[in-house]
Amino acid sequence: MDKIQNNKAWFLVLPVLVLVAFSAVIPLMTVVNYSVQDTFGNNVFFWEGLGWFQEVLTSKQVHSAFGRQLMFSGLILAIQIPLGILIALSMPKKGFWASVCLVLMALPLLIPWNVVGTIWQILGRADIGLLGYTLDALNINFNYSRNPVHAWIIVVTMDVWHWTSLVALLAYAGLQSIPQAYYQAAKIDQASRWKVFRYIELPKMQGVLLIAILLRFIDSFMIYTEPFVVTGGGPGTATSFLSIDLVKMALGQFDLGPAAAFSIMYFLVILLVSWVFYTVMTNLDKAEGR
Amino acid sequence: MNLNWMAWTLPTAIFFAVIACLLLFFTFLAIKYPETPRRGILMIETTRGDRLFITLLGSAFINAGWLAMSGLPQWWALGICAFYAAAVFRWV
Repeated sequence: MDKIQNNKAWFLVLPVLVLVAFSAVIPLMTVVNYSVQDTFGNNVFFWEGLGWFQEVLTSKQVHSAFGRQLMFSGLILAIQIPLGILIALSMPKKGFWASVCLVLMALPLLIPWNVVGTIWQILGRADIGLLGYTLDALNINFNYSRNPVHAWIIVVTMDVWHWTSLVALLAYAGLQSIPQAYYQAAKIDQASRWKVFRYIELPKMQGVLLIAILLRFIDSFMIYTEPFVVTGGGPGTATSFLSIDLVKMALGQFDLGPAAAFSIMYFLVILLVSWVFYTVMTNLDKAEGR
Repeated sequence: MNLNWMAWTLPTAIFFAVIACLLLFFTFLAIKYPETPRRGILMIETTRGDRLFITLLGSAFINAGWLAMSGLPQWWALGICAFYAAAVFRWV
């Protein structure tokens, strides 16, 4: 039977297009409009040209926030991905304990960002927090509101606590989908545990791990609530990441123009990274399908 | 419909109109002359639409880089973008 060529089904996508236009495209256009103008409120705008972009692109403050952001995303990826794989490898494969582990692992993912921030904010305090108090009792002077290194430790630890489960669950799903035959073949060949991991488990997990890296990268690149609650971007600017700086600019100082230019550059970076990941993933799928 | 809140300016309106026209033109091309994806120097399969996306995103970065570093008129960056676009459509 001949396949019927009919593209009318595309019209079924229209509602989504309208929704996306309303929630994303029109606001984005407005941001672009803001980025070339200046305003003092009352919806009165003055032409500014590319000035804000020049300011943002050459601003030391934005550069250092970008650097901190990259370092943060790099750090949490370097910790969460190996740790997540390790946890997934050591989780039971089936039975009662597998379910228990899955539920326990999923728990941190269910906690809202600001609550996670509050938990760690209190936990790290020397006067009422368990962690801060214990460290204090051990004669370690831990103070995340004064010491930049300590602020980083607590923000990174918090993110690892909150999101490693996601990586672990994804890796676990990837591991579960490997047919038993591969392990049997490895056993016959007397492959070592490391070789099983390197040549069977890791390649088979490639797809889910890429998704995990993409999700974690984008999420951490946009992180706002947790550092805002725990350190408020401080001490000084030690933990002000891009979005914290952006909100300060847009809402704190009401500099809509520079903030709009800033968001567009931010958006472009995220778009580029997402496109790279998306391309790599789809091409891997195609390579596997062949 | 009052669009004052969107703070439109003529240059941004032209910018979006050009992008909208490009999208419409490429949709028309895709319907009229269907194509098969091909592999270029990036070793990934691309269609015309992919190449348009790479061109637009790359142009944004070329313009940003030009603005940040050159100190010369911004129009020149558009010229570089044209070369970049031609290269993308030819080799990617």
